[in-house]
Amino acid sequence: MKVDTSKCNYCGACVGSCPVNCIFLDETRIVIDENSCTKCGFCIRVCPMGAISAEWFE
Amino acid sequence: MRYEYDVLVIGAGPGGSMAARYAARKGLKVLMVEKRPDIGSPVRCGEGISKSWLPEVELEPQPIWVSNEVEGARIFPPDEKTFIKLSANKAGNEVGYIIERDKFDKYLAALAAREGADIWVKSPAISLIFEDKKVVGARIRRQGEVVDVFAKIIIGADGFESQVGRWAKINTMVKDRDIVSCIEYRMVGIDIDKNFTDFYLGSCAPGGYVWVFPKGKDEANVGIGVALNKLKKSGEVKKYLDDFIERHPGLKKGKTIEIITGAVSTCPVPQSIVTDNVMLVGDAARLIDPITGGGVANACISGRLAGEAAYEAIRSKNTSKEFLKEIYEKKVREKLERKHLRNWFAKEKLSVLSDETLNKLVDAISSVELTSISVKSLLDAVQKKYPELVKEFEDLI
Ligand SMILES: Cc1cc2nc3c(=O)[nH]c(=O)nc-3n(C[C@H](O)[C@H](O)[C@H](O)COP(=O)(O)OP(=O)(O)OC[C@H]3O[C@@H](n4cnc5c(N)ncnc54)[C@H](O)[C@@H]3O)c2cc1C
Ligand code: SF4
Ligand code: SF4
Repeated sequence: MKVDTSKCNYCGACVGSCPVNCIFLDETRIVIDENSCTKCGFCIRVCPMGAISAEWFE
Repeated sequence: MRYEYDVLVIGAGPGGSMAARYAARKGLKVLMVEKRPDIGSPVRCGEGISKSWLPEVELEPQPIWVSNEVEGARIFPPDEKTFIKLSANKAGNEVGYIIERDKFDKYLAALAAREGADIWVKSPAISLIFEDKKVVGARIRRQGEVVDVFAKIIIGADGFESQVGRWAKINTMVKDRDIVSCIEYRMVGIDIDKNFTDFYLGSCAPGGYVWVFPKGKDEANVGIGVALNKLKKSGEVKKYLDDFIERHPGLKKGKTIEIITGAVSTCPVPQSIVTDNVMLVGDAARLIDPITGGGVANACISGRLAGEAAYEAIRSKNTSKEFLKEIYEKKVREKLERKHLRNWFAKEKLSVLSDETLNKLVDAISSVELTSISVKSLLDAVQKKYPELVKEFEDLI
């Protein structure tokens, strides 16, 4: 999965929506722990900026 | 480094600052940590609040954070041919003032500081510290230096993205139908009525709505929330907002001076919002009104209750989950549980209505003079004009 930091607003919408809590965010960094990710796609769809993408999504 | 406090508040939004203020006022040694360098900024809010609850948390409106006062709200159906007008005293939760959230949040943090609370900015909590499986503090990255803060009570006020609750194993997971993805532009040079907050329902914002909250004569927060279960593609919520603006020449001609994003929860009050030594407040406890998406008032109110409960618990030398349930969670439930459940049902109902039905509903309601907003008065109005529609709503009563 990729987070495009040039789009990301560091708003935390993805973090709070992730059912397995595998997204880490601080003010300048956003990291997804892909080992825990269940590929539910919540973070990709919730992101208001369209900043998250994954090769398995759509 | 090791620090000891009575109360550690994590997050300096309205919920955290209120908790810190009331705990400190009781004489407790309080620390509030905030990960951002600048409390309240960047803003993540439509900035619409009602007035009715301000006395409950001893707040007087201040010119520094009130940017506009409105007369009421207007609710537009998809065809926008008519609207329902609610005056401020009837409009329920979310109208009254349009505020400057960054200034508001700083003002509240200053109230906490003046009661004696310590505040560390640019200091995220990065994990909780456990002893015998109970939370006894948090590890904080204080402006780069990692320090351990021990406290008798830890208050999670870390907003929608909340980690404290999850780290403490309090289940505050939200289903996708109860998550609303939001984006908002602060726009200038637009045609609006400064005296009303406007809400637009229907397929322009599935499972949510578009809002126009005026900040001045040609300036407003123009935003949208769409339920996550209605979003299929990446970046779709922004497209909904851009399409809405495109269709409204009065907005289209404006300029955007700020982009705000975030998410809100629209669920009933969770099963539990406490555990041993830990209380959650505000968005971290999922205390947002399911129909309006407004959460500033509930954050402040729950913050006060948690701050006062912290004192009660420490004084009684009992910070157990059971006791915190009794002295904090129960009070939150008494205040919000019924309303949030009812509004959650109403939200679920609204989200499945077709544009055509919404047009009829608003047409029926707008044609009567509303003296009070009760479900019954609304239903009577609808019954008169579109008797077949009332069936759909009977179970809401
Ligand atoms: C787009 C949008 C529009 C909205 N419009 C309205 C509206 O018009 N009216 C209304 O009433 N409500 C509105 N809301 C909801 C409202 O913003 C929230 O309900 C309110 O901010 C909740 O306050 P809080 O104190 O619980 O959390 P927040 O205000 O979110 O504060 C949480 C704080 O914790 C900090 N934090 C997070 N993690 C950590 C950590 N690990 N360590 C330290 N600090 C941390 C954050 O930086 C933040 O400052 C809106 C929300 C959104 C997203
Ligand atoms: S939801 Fe999108 S914009 Fe917000 S923090 Fe996550 S990736 Fe960034
Ligand atoms: S796809 Fe689902 S599980 Fe994976 S990071 Fe996103 S929200 Fe979390």
